[in-house]
Parts: sequence; structure tokens; C-alpha cells
Amino acid sequence: MSATEEINDQSSNQQLIDVTQQALDEAKRRGASGADAAVSRSQGFSVTVRLGDVETVEYNRDKNLVVNVYFGHRTGSASTSDFAPHAVADTVRAACSIAKYTAEDACAGLADRDRLAKHILELDLDHPWELTLDDAIDLARECEDRARVLDKRITNSEGASISTHRGAEAYANTHGFEGFVTGTRHSMSCAVIGEQDGLMQRDFWYSTARDAAELESPPDVGETAARRTLRRLGARQITTREAPVLFEAPIAGSLLSHFLAAARGSNLYRKASFLLDQLDQPVFPAFVRIHEQPHLPKAVGSAAFDNEGVATENRDLVTDGVLRGYVLDSYSARKLGMQTTGNAGGTRNLTIEPGALDLAGLLKEMDTGLLVTELIGFGVNVVTGDYSRGVAGFWVEGGEIQYPVDEITIAGNLKAMFQHLAHVGTDVDLRGNIRCGSILLEKLTIAGA
Amino acid sequence: MTELIETAKNTLLAPGGLDVRDLDAVFGKMITPTVDYADLYFQYTRQESWVLEEGQVKSGNHNIEQGVGVRAVTGEKSGLAYSDEILLPALTEAATAARAISRQGGHSATHSISWSDGRAPRLYLAEDPLVSLNDTEKVKLLERVEQEARRQDPRVKEVIASLAGVHEVILVARNDGALAADIRPLVRLNVTVIAEHNGRREQGSSGGGGRVRYDYFTDELALGYAREAARQALVNLEAQDPPAGTMTVVLGPGWPGILLHEAIGHGLEGDFNRKGTSAFAGRIGEPVASPACTVVDDGTMPNRRGSLSVDDEGNPAQKTVLIENGILKTYMQDAMNARLMGMAPTGNGRRESFAHLPMPRMTNTYMTAGNMDPQEIIASVDKGLYAVNFGGGQVDITSGKFVFSASEAYSIENGQLGHAVKGATLIGNGPDVLTRVSMVGNDLKLDPGVGTCGKEGQSVPVGVGQPTLRIDGITVGGVQV
Repeated sequence: MSATEEINDQSSNQQLIDVTQQALDEAKRRGASGADAAVSRSQGFSVTVRLGDVETVEYNRDKNLVVNVYFGHRTGSASTSDFAPHAVADTVRAACSIAKYTAEDACAGLADRDRLAKHILELDLDHPWELTLDDAIDLARECEDRARVLDKRITNSEGASISTHRGAEAYANTHGFEGFVTGTRHSMSCAVIGEQDGLMQRDFWYSTARDAAELESPPDVGETAARRTLRRLGARQITTREAPVLFEAPIAGSLLSHFLAAARGSNLYRKASFLLDQLDQPVFPAFVRIHEQPHLPKAVGSAAFDNEGVATENRDLVTDGVLRGYVLDSYSARKLGMQTTGNAGGTRNLTIEPGALDLAGLLKEMDTGLLVTELIGFGVNVVTGDYSRGVAGFWVEGGEIQYPVDEITIAGNLKAMFQHLAHVGTDVDLRGNIRCGSILLEKLTIAGA
Repeated sequence: MTELIETAKNTLLAPGGLDVRDLDAVFGKMITPTVDYADLYFQYTRQESWVLEEGQVKSGNHNIEQGVGVRAVTGEKSGLAYSDEILLPALTEAATAARAISRQGGHSATHSISWSDGRAPRLYLAEDPLVSLNDTEKVKLLERVEQEARRQDPRVKEVIASLAGVHEVILVARNDGALAADIRPLVRLNVTVIAEHNGRREQGSSGGGGRVRYDYFTDELALGYAREAARQALVNLEAQDPPAGTMTVVLGPGWPGILLHEAIGHGLEGDFNRKGTSAFAGRIGEPVASPACTVVDDGTMPNRRGSLSVDDEGNPAQKTVLIENGILKTYMQDAMNARLMGMAPTGNGRRESFAHLPMPRMTNTYMTAGNMDPQEIIASVDKGLYAVNFGGGQVDITSGKFVFSASEAYSIENGQLGHAVKGATLIGNGPDVLTRVSMVGNDLKLDPGVGTCGKEGQSVPVGVGQPTLRIDGITVGGVQV
């Protein structure tokens, strides 16, 4: 069974477009003044090998239709996984029924016509991987094997996984917009467990790309996973103190995700953001630039149009440390008396410009402090900016890692943390939708023993 | 059960022209000499949500999903394929794919399975809760909740209220001929309030629900959520920075039971212990908590959010004593992990949907009541923290380190409650935090029905509970050194 056979099939792609049109026609027939429909289909499989043997094989095949209808300024929405004509009609009917009960909302409606993408940029996102199940199992095994043989302190494994997925999406609305895109995503991951003095630690590594040729090699992923586990063995608590904190690149992007949550229109019009009334104000130090690059070829977050059909574009959110723009869709933009920023569905390849130092250079710059490599928990309050999370990492002195630490927390307030951002590393993590190097903050409270 | 099975067949099999006998052929495709276990999981869900903000219900959502998950298990290997079309060709194709783990080709004997209906007590009404209230009344309920929250204080500036309901019908067919069905209602009402004073903004939230109809939300209950959310937001307006460091913490009753869920619950799930990746692996019979602690997982509590008449593998839910007077008694199991560990299933086999593999998951996890007066517990602390409301938590089951985040807390000075302090994350080590429980209150309370647990990307509804507890030393992630 090929993972991607249906998405190669032109007639089945045409079916997606047909489903959007059927939904729009049905909405109009029911008297809607506007409607949009988003249809998606994805297919693929994932395999996990643990301790050298296959543990799970999962075939994925999903599809979904989401319909929003507008009766003047009243709205309703409904979704289904069934594309049979009667099910599509029922779904539109359910959305129309909801719209009878929702209140008039002058800001509700489709994106303004003049903001819709005029032509769909080709972003090179679709790279199917002709991978058989047997080949996937071999790759996963090769990955895990390397992790397991690296050191005798690696005593157990959660396994190595390979997954490959291909998706197709169609979006259409009654302003006449029609968009269709296909894209792929392939991943390799490995998590192993080490033991020392009767105590276990776990860590992992992964690689992900739209083109399988860009994945790290299986032994590299396995070896990195094992090295990350090994360096955590012997972790201990440190005492409560204030110190500089360096967020390693794979988790530093979380700081930008909190920035995004606070800059999002839905939190701003509800006054549920610590960035309220901060437009054109210095939110970061003057060297910081944060921008969005939605058109990077092959990038994980790239998209030519947003979830409302609005053309995406390169834009600056922060320059010279000053907040230049929010993250808005049409609805939140209207609520704020502004224009959509093409961010229905979020930002695309959000990037914080790297500085001049790599991770080793940042450790030297920090001299004494905490290198954080893992964050746990949800202690982030977007209304107030209050921040308190569990961490694991390493205590650093003289610019060198001294020993691993865990069972400690870091705490502060994001407003102050952003103001005290000292450096952004060159070690940019390109695997996610946020492109970020390691980030050094001047000072946080560390709670421990 | 038989009546439930008939309803489930009518909902799930009949529309595609399927009968239970047709499933014999599907199992025939899957069963080879090396396949130990196989099941088909048919599921239909219909859900809705209504959201009020700025005084009006401005959006509503309706979703229907259905499909069948086909699973084959060989030793420690699981194969899963699924289809959102409940039709024989799709089932057969999925069965062929799921069998890939067994590495045995071609064999497709006709199997004749002797089907028998499972039996389990009903714990909730087999009804569609979405139709238990008309849409006009749903909107009015949210409007009353909003007005009640605003009425509390002029400092209440924003109110967001939501009402959500799920109607779920499942049918499980196993290769041993067992058939089980369940109809699972689930409703939830949530309120979030933002209060503002002198330029400072803080939030509070509350809510509840269960496997009940919408009429569970009487005005007394629903307006109570509104008052509680407003109260928390107003308390937080006065809250001071939290302290940092290791100190004595008293946890209030009810939802703070998320401590148990994170600190020991996940670590006692069978899969992690079979694989030896949990800090609790191999420790049955050993002390893992102070003798004052008895912890149970109970999926059989009527109408509760975490309850299940049968689990997602067709086994009846159970009340399982995990820790008794401080001694670790057993793990929570699904069918595969129970078999591999030579134990009995405990009715904890759960999956988010037909598109996910089942695994051992918690249901309602709580600590039984002790004999201390909660006031005495607070009075016993010279200096510490009293934490009564929490947000989410998380655990690393291998190192045992866990966190959970307080959203409402107070200082304790000389046995008296002091000022409110802002929320902070608490971090501890699962295998030893319960050994530091020195006092257990007589005030066992269960959470109001808002918990959702995530594991390996799958979300399921759960419950937690506990009496007031005193913990002699846990690290509080505050900012004041």
C-alpha cells in the first residue's frame, strides 16, 4: 500500500475541490450571504522499532471538511469527515442552523475581497517519499541501533520512529477564491533511556523535512539522541538563586510562541494579553528583529495563502526591538479597527534574526548560569506575562558545562524577560515553524533545593 | 448491554449494510498463527460547542466523525489501520494493512466466530446530550452565566463562557468473539473572567461537567461557576509575587489531585512498566508513599467525566487500588500490556478515537480521605504555601520529575492563611513526593469535571480528586528568592 496513492490521483484531488463547491452551493441555496469551505485529506504511515524489533505500524488516512456560513453578520460553523453528498449537505445545514442562534456581529464575515491571493505561489512543498514499510523499518532500526550501542549506560529505549505523510488541501469561498495545495512531511525520531546509580534519564532527537533527502541520517539522529540522554545522567537539584539563563535552540522557540500568543488578535481584542497597547513600543532590546517568511521554498511553515485565502507576505513584527505589528485574521483585525495581516491559522516561518555567537560562544558570554535543554509544564500566563516552568539542563561556570541539573524551576515575567534578552545564537533550529537560535536572558529566578 | 449493542449496531454497522457476521471475514484476513489478538473499534461522535464573549454568543460549531480502527497484535507488536468509511471493502483493506506486523502473507481462512455480548453495569444515560436542551436555551444559559460573572464586581471586564457536548457511540468486536458497546455522553461548561484594576489585569476560571445531560447545569451550579471564576480573578488582582524554593505546601481538596495524576498516575500505567521506562517499574509491594496514602483509579463512578462502562477494548471499567497505605499494589493495564506482564486487564485500555492505538490510561484517580481536620493541617504549618487551584501539569515518567501549576495560592505564616500569592509551578520527584505527605484531611473532594489528559498525542477525559494534604517539602517555582 503506497502512502500517497490517492493524493497522486487527479480525480481524487478534483473531488476535494468539488466538495468545497458543493458546500458553497448548498450554503447559497440555503440563503447564506457568504460561506467558505476548507477540505483536507492526508495519508501516510508511521513505524516504530523498539529494542531492534517492530513495535507499531500505523497507517493514517484522514479527511475533513470545515464550513463557515454567514447570514449577514450572523455566523455558524460545522465539520465532518464524511464527503458523501448527503453528509456535506447535512454539515452545511448544521452550520446554517447554528447561525440562527448566534448574535449579530458586525465584524464577522469573509476576508475582504481585495486581500485574497491573486495567484498561488509555488513553494516546492510536495516531495513524496517512495518508502516501503520494510525500508522504513530498516531505517528506524539503523537509527535505534546506533543509539543503543553508543554507550553501555544506554540501558533501554522508547524506540525509533519513521513517518511519512502527504496532504492535500482545498479552500474556497463565495468571493470566488479557490486555492489548492499539496505538501509532504517526513520525520525520524529516536528516544533512549540511560541509567546511572539506579536512576534513569531519557532524552530524544528528531529530524523532520518536507523532502526526505533533507532528513538527517538515521545514525546521526540515533547518536544525537543517545548523547543527549547520556549527558543528563547524574542530574541533581541546585539551590534557589538568581542567574542568567540560556535556552538551547530546540526549546528557545517557545519564548517566541509566547510572544506570538500575546500578539495574537484574538487575545488583544479580549484584553487578554500582556502586549496590550504595546504597538510601536520597545518590547525587546534594540538589536532584536522578528519577522515572518511565509514563502521560503520547502520550509515547514510555508504557505502562499492563509486559512481565509488572504495572500501571505514577508513582514516584520519587531524591528529595532519595537513591536511593529500584531498577528491578525480578518475578524480580530476588524475588532481592533485594523487590517488582516494574513495570519488566519498563525504565522509562517517566524524568524528571530540570529546574532554573532554560536552555542559555545553564548556559554562563554554567559560565563556562570543555567543552560536549559528541557521545559515541562504549562505555567505561562498570557494575560499577565507571568512565567514559571519546570526545567532540566546544565549548570555552567567559566563558560563550561559543569553538571546536569533537574527538579528545578525558572520564573519571571515575559515582559521583563523580553526586555532582558541578551543574545540570539547562530545555531538556528530549522525543524519547526519558528526559526530560532539559542536565547540568552540576563537573569531569572531559579527555584530548587 | 444487549440493548446498547443493538443501538450501536444500528448506528455504526447498519448504514453501511454490515452485520456482525460480516466481521468474521474481516478477522479472517487478520488472524494468522502469529496474531495473538485483534479488534475492530467502530466509533461515531457528534459534538458541538457554543462560545460567548463580549456578552453575546457569536459562534457555534458542530462536528460529526465516524470510522473504524482495525488492530492486530503479535507479541509486543501492534498494527493499526483505519477508515472513515464503515464499509466492507474498506474494513478488509484496513485488516490487510494492520496485519503487516505479523509478517505472514496470504492466509485468509474463513473464520467463524462465536459472538457473545459483553456485560457491564451502566454508569450513565445512553442518550445524546446535545438534544437534551434546545439551542435557544443553550444560548440563554451562557448569557445568564455571563451576567452573573459581571454582576460580581465592576472590576470584571471580560467574560468568556463556553458550552460543549459530545455524543459518542462505540462498538468493539474482538477476535475472541466478545462484542461490547457503549454510549457515552459528555458535557462541559467553562467560564473565564478577566478582571482589571488600576491597569492590572488578572484572570480566573471555573467550570464543570460529566457524562450527563445539559440539565445537569442548573442555575445553582452554572451561576456558581461564574461566581467562582470572578472570585478567583479578583483574588489574583491582590496577589503578590510567589516565593521561590523548597517549602511545606498544603494542597486543597479536589482538583489539586492533579498532583496524583502527574506524580504517580502516569508512572503506574502498564506500558511504561512493561518496558521498564517508568521510575516505578519493578516496585510492586514496595513503599512509594507515606502510610497515610491510599490511591485508587476508579472508572466506575456514575456520571463522572473519567468514567467508562466498558473501556475501549470492551473490558468493564474497574476500581483499582494503586497504592494502599503507602504500598504500591498494582499497575493500570490495557489488554496487550496485561497479557505481556501476566496480569489481568484493569479496564484502563483507552484511545482518543478509532484513528489511534489504545494504551493504558487513567480514568478517575484520587486519594482516599484521611482523618485530619483541614483547618488543623493549615494550622500545623509555621511557614509555607496553601495552594487551592491549579492549571495543567506534566511528568517525565523516566526521571520521575513532575510539575503542576498553581493558579490560586496563599502564604501560610504561623499556622494562619496570609496574603494571596500569584500562581507558580510546583516541581517534585514522583517516587518520593508522596513519602513526604505527613497529613491527610477528612475532606475528600473530586474535581468538578474539567480534566483532559494528554499522552503520546492522544487526549482523553479524566477525573482527579483528593482530600487536603500536607507535603513536607516540595519546590515552589516562584520569583522571590
